[in-house]
Parts: sequence; C-alpha cells; structure tokens
Amino acid sequence: MKEKSYLPGTHPDLPPPTSEVGVIGWARKNLFATPADTIFTLLALYVLYSIVPSFMQWAFIDAVYVAENREACWKMMETPGGAACWAFTSIRLNQLLYGFYPETEIWRINLSFVLLFVALAPVLIDRLPFRKQLFIFTGLYPFLAGWLIFGWFALPPVASQDIGGLALTLIIGITGIAFSLPIGILLALGRTSNLPVIKILSVLFIEFIRGVPLIALLFIASTMLNYFMPPGTTFDLLVRVLIMVTLFASAYMAEVIRGGIAGIPKGQIEAASAAGLSYWKTMYLIVMPQVLKISIPGIVNTFIGLFKDTTLVLIIGMFDLLGMGKAALTNLNWAGLHREMYLFVAVAFFFCCYGMSLYSGYLERKLDTENKFQKK
Amino acid sequence: MSATQETQDDRGIVRRILYNREIRSVVTQIAVIMLVFALFYEIGTNLLANLEAIGKELSFDFVWLPASYDITFQPFVDYDPSKSHFWAAMVGLTNTLLVAVSGIILATILGFTLGVMRLSNNFLVSRISQIFIEFNRNVPVLLHILFLYGVIIHILPKPKKSISIMDTAFLSNRGMYVPKPVLSDGSGFVLLSVLVAISAIFGLSRWAKIRQRDTGRTFPVFWSAIAILVLVPTLTFYAMGSPISLDYPVLKGFNFKGGVALKPEYLALWLALSYYTACFIAEIVRGGILAIHKGQREAAYALGLTPNRTLQLAIIPQALPLIIPPLTSNYLNLTKNSSLAVAIGYFDIVATIGTISLMQTGKEVETMVIVLSTYLLLSLIISGSMNLLNYRLKIKGR
Repeated sequence: MKEKSYLPGTHPDLPPPTSEVGVIGWARKNLFATPADTIFTLLALYVLYSIVPSFMQWAFIDAVYVAENREACWKMMETPGGAACWAFTSIRLNQLLYGFYPETEIWRINLSFVLLFVALAPVLIDRLPFRKQLFIFTGLYPFLAGWLIFGWFALPPVASQDIGGLALTLIIGITGIAFSLPIGILLALGRTSNLPVIKILSVLFIEFIRGVPLIALLFIASTMLNYFMPPGTTFDLLVRVLIMVTLFASAYMAEVIRGGIAGIPKGQIEAASAAGLSYWKTMYLIVMPQVLKISIPGIVNTFIGLFKDTTLVLIIGMFDLLGMGKAALTNLNWAGLHREMYLFVAVAFFFCCYGMSLYSGYLERKLDTENKFQKK
Repeated sequence: MSATQETQDDRGIVRRILYNREIRSVVTQIAVIMLVFALFYEIGTNLLANLEAIGKELSFDFVWLPASYDITFQPFVDYDPSKSHFWAAMVGLTNTLLVAVSGIILATILGFTLGVMRLSNNFLVSRISQIFIEFNRNVPVLLHILFLYGVIIHILPKPKKSISIMDTAFLSNRGMYVPKPVLSDGSGFVLLSVLVAISAIFGLSRWAKIRQRDTGRTFPVFWSAIAILVLVPTLTFYAMGSPISLDYPVLKGFNFKGGVALKPEYLALWLALSYYTACFIAEIVRGGILAIHKGQREAAYALGLTPNRTLQLAIIPQALPLIIPPLTSNYLNLTKNSSLAVAIGYFDIVATIGTISLMQTGKEVETMVIVLSTYLLLSLIISGSMNLLNYRLKIKGR
C-alpha cells in the first residue's frame, strides 16, 4: 500500500500499539507489570489450579445429591467420603429451616416471613405507593409475627423450645436489629449529653457490655436472669436471650452512633439552638438525619455482627441454624459430613450477611449528597 | 422603653421553674439516679430473696474447695482435680491468655499480609485476597471454629496415617505435633545473644538516624539489622557447641511421642480466631493505607524517594495512627471471642469456672462475677496498652 503523505500537523492519531490495549495490554498491566508481579501471578495461578478443580470435583461433579442417609450416599461413590454428600439438604431441610416446629403449623412461620418483606418494603424502598399506610403495618408487624409464630387466640400455641433452625436465627437477628438501633441512639445521646449523671451511666453501661463476651451474657441469661426478677416469676429462655442480645448489640450501636455525632460540625447544633429548636427537636430534625447517613457502614456492620452472633445461642442449648446442623452431625445417619454441613450453613450465612453489606453500599451511594467536585 | 422590660418573663413562678434549664437538668439527673438506685435495689433484694428461697447464699468461699474435675489442657499451671476451683480458674485464665496472645500474633501477620495483597496492583492476587476476606468475614466465627474442629477430629487421618509436613510436623486427628526445642547447658548464652543483637539493632538505627541528620548519608539499616539478627545468635550457637536441639515427634504405638502437641481444641480455636480476625484486620490496613492522600505518595516520589522509602517514611507513619484504634478493637474482639472455646471443649476461663465449676457448685452469681471481671480486666489491659502505643506513634503537630 502506498504511503499517504500529510501536511505537517494533519496526521491522524495512530491507534495505540496492540501490546497496550485489549486483553494483552490488560494482562501486561495487571498481571505481568514487573518480574515480581509475574512470579506472583504464576504463584496465584498455581494456587487456583491446585484448589479450584479438585474442589469443584468434590463439591459438585462427583457429589451425591439424593440419598437416604450418609451410608447410602457413600455407597454411590467410588471412594466412600471422597466427594460431597448433599442428601441432608433435602431430607433434613425442614429441621434446618424450622427446628422442631409442628409440621402442620409451618405455614405460620412462612407467612410471617413473607409478611416481613411487606413490613420492610416501606422502610427499604422510598418510592412506594401507599408508603404511609404500609408504615402502620410495619409498626403492627412485631405483634402480628409474635402472634403467628408463638400462637395465641385462634392459633394453637407453640413452645419456644420447638422453634429452631433458620427461623430462630432470623427471629433473634431481626428482633435484635429492630431494637438495638433505637436503644443505641438513646445510649449515644446519653454519652454525649451535658448532664454528668446520664453521661456517666451511659459510659458505664456501654463499656461494661463492650468489655465482656456475649457468651458470658448469654450464660447470665440462661442461669441467673430469673434471680433478678421478683420471686416466683419466670420467663421464657428465648425472651431472656432476646433481651441480652439486644442490649449487647445496642452498646456497640451506641459507639457507632457516637462516632457519627462527633462527625457533625458544632455549628449545626448551634444553628438549631439559635433557631429556637429544643434539644429533642434539634436531635430529631438536625443531628440524627445526618448522623444516621454518615454512620450507615458502621450500623450495617453492627447488624451483620449481631446476625452472626446469634449462632452463640447454640452454646446455651438452643438450636439455631448452626445448632441444627451441629445436631444433625451427631445423628448416626449423617455423622462424618462435617465439611458439607458447615459449608451449607456457611453459605446461608454468607448470603444473608453479604446481602446486608451490598444494601448498605447501595444506600450509601443513594444518600451521598456530598459535593462531587470536592471529593475528587 | 428599655430592652430588658420587653423580654421580662411574665410567666407564673411554677411555669418559670418548669422551663428553667438548670432546674430541669438537676431534677432529671436526680430522678435518673433515684431510678437507677431503685432498679439496683429491686434486683438486689430479688436476688437475695430468690437465693434464700432455694437455700443458697452469696459467698466466694467455694473457690477454695477442691474442684475435683479433670482438665486435659494445662500447659502453664500444675493442676490436678484435688486442687481448688481457684486453680481451675487460673488454668482457664492462662489458657485464655495463650489462645488470645498467639491468636493476636497470627492474626496480625495474616491480616497485614492479606491487606497488602488486597492492595496489590496484581489483579489475581488482589482478587484472591478479596474473595478470601469477603467470604470469611460474612460467616460466623463460631462456625469457623466448629468447622475446623470437626475437620480435625473427624476428617483428618489417624496418627498412623498422619499428614507429615517435611517430616518434622505431623497433622492427624490428635492435633498437630511439632518439634520441641530442648535447651541444654549454654543455651542461656544463645538467648542472651538474641537480646544483644536486638539492642545492637536499636543502637544502629539510632546512630544511622543521627548520621543521616548530620551528614545526609543513609545507611542500609534494614539489611544490616537482618544480618546482625541472623549472624550473632548463629555464631554464638556454634561457639557454645550447639546447645539447643530439636526433639522431633515420633510415632510410637497409637500416638506420637515427643515434640509439642497442639491439641485439636487449641489448634481449631487458634486458627479459626486468627484467620477470622485477620480478615477484619486486612480491611483496616487497606482502609488506613487508602486514606493517605495520593499527593503524599506523589510528593515523596517528586523528592526522589524510592517506593520502599516512600512507604517507610511517608505512608506507614501516617497510616499507623489511623490503623491502630480499630486494630485494638479487633484484638479485643479476638480475646472475647476466645470464650467460644466452650463450644469445642477447650478449657478457657468460661469453660472452667464459668461452666464446670458453676455446674458443680451451683454458684451461678459468683462464678459469673469472676468471669465478667476477668474479661473486663483483660479488656482494660489491652485497650490501655494499645492507647499507649497509639500515643507514642502519633505524629506530633508543631
């Protein structure tokens, strides 16, 4: 091809060399930038090569999905125990999800779970038709769910020991989440208060709770909380656990909120005072909306921590999702499936917790009203 | 007409008192104090009444009674069932400290490694680290502990078929056996030489700093420090005629003899707590380094500093004060999470005095008071020392 001649300064831009763009350019930049990088890449590839295919083989390709019990599972394999046996996921599903809840009544848990989303919708989505009316439902939901799950008027009662599995995890987690935020806000306000007595009491409470492990508090709930009540009164272990978990999470929540309050410029509060707002109005209208926005990551992290901490109830003899899985492993039918069972429970927890952190990221971006130019 | 007359309060005396800010705050505080005292009084009387009703009394005398239960893991305290509950609690405390300290060390190393990997420009390295961190962070720590324990106890082979790591350490369902250092005569000198080497390094770095300030010439402190740390003890080791030898574990009968046994309970708890906490530490390290403004790095490069020196002189000193406070709370979390030992039968303080002693003596209130105050004390010590460290590292403004 004949070369075209150009006047000085009119030559069109040449395309970048092929080694700098496309897959090759990307790999050169991200995988083989320096000799050390090349070594790391090869090392990483080797690690992936030695883990991923054999894991896939074990977990999916050679795995047995349907069988009567572990014995039958292992009979179907070339080497017994050489691959995963997922049979328990179908046979013991009801127990993993609901514990020992009476089978004919399971619809009640399912219904309250579905209604939970109706109750959450106005909180999570802000452009929803009939949002105001739905908020009334949200307020009523805890009572409705309590009635559905534990039974009372018109529904046969179910003992709280019979509730287990994922249902118990969700009950403890959601109750804790719902109550720890308002209590945490009050504690944080107490800790930042000008009134010395209230400040000291809040600090003592928060630091005490944060200084001791949750399991010790749960032991207190299970062994001696009834001693603190007037003689003769006892109340349900589940309620005692709910109280302790909520108090525990609210102390952590208080510290997150306090960090947020510290991040609000003092001028905001002074301006509110100058405008004649009372303390509570200042907090409600000026401070908290800003605090809650900037502390979303911390709040959601506390929620996630609380949700993961619900597993601790298995130590005091309640059967949450993890407890149910652990109990199944002591059954001769399923003994020896530790990897499969714990992986199954881990994936369930991962989806719940990772989902929460994804939502927090979405919320952060949506509420981000910072000046976009300033941030750069 | 003066301004004071206009703003004069013409409300009645009752309303004036009711709306007076100072009076209000005093009244609220007195009310709160009375409420709290009433609550504690109520709890206290209920407690005493309840205990009396079932014939118990509040007293800590039980700690001197023989515990009469066996503890299978007691590396530091000499304990047998004839000793008192106090010594059982001491075994528990040292076991808690063992797993907390070793966990903090491993978690810090792993966490910084994962954090740096996550920041790497290398796509694969950064992604592998990210997946590891995200998965482990979002799974309860108790599950990690139970999983590792279950795998060690039920999935790993018997000692006879144990997995050998370079023929020095052996992994089986009895835990991990690693070589044990045996100290003989003259080993004290080797340990002393390590101390001498460390203080020599401190002296060297001080001298290098002063020389750089005066003359501007730098000295390869890092490499010479490593040379000192390796050479001095090695030379002393051979000069004293190899006083430290390793006692390798050997398979005898059904189990290993010799070496140090890392029991399954300890191993599971230690590893699970470490890598779980490491994932949080990695995110903290990443956050701390990313928080340093890009301009700092660019300015350091513009001054002609090498990437290593930039990290050393510009990035790390500014990132550390950001990293240390959240790091502290993760250390505290690890220490508190070590109480999950009770789920797999590792004898920590909760499992000894908080569970078995409680069951045997029925002293719920007293044992719980002991457990709670132990943890409060530990928390106080850790956060106090980390605050001190943070104060020392703080960049002092002029």
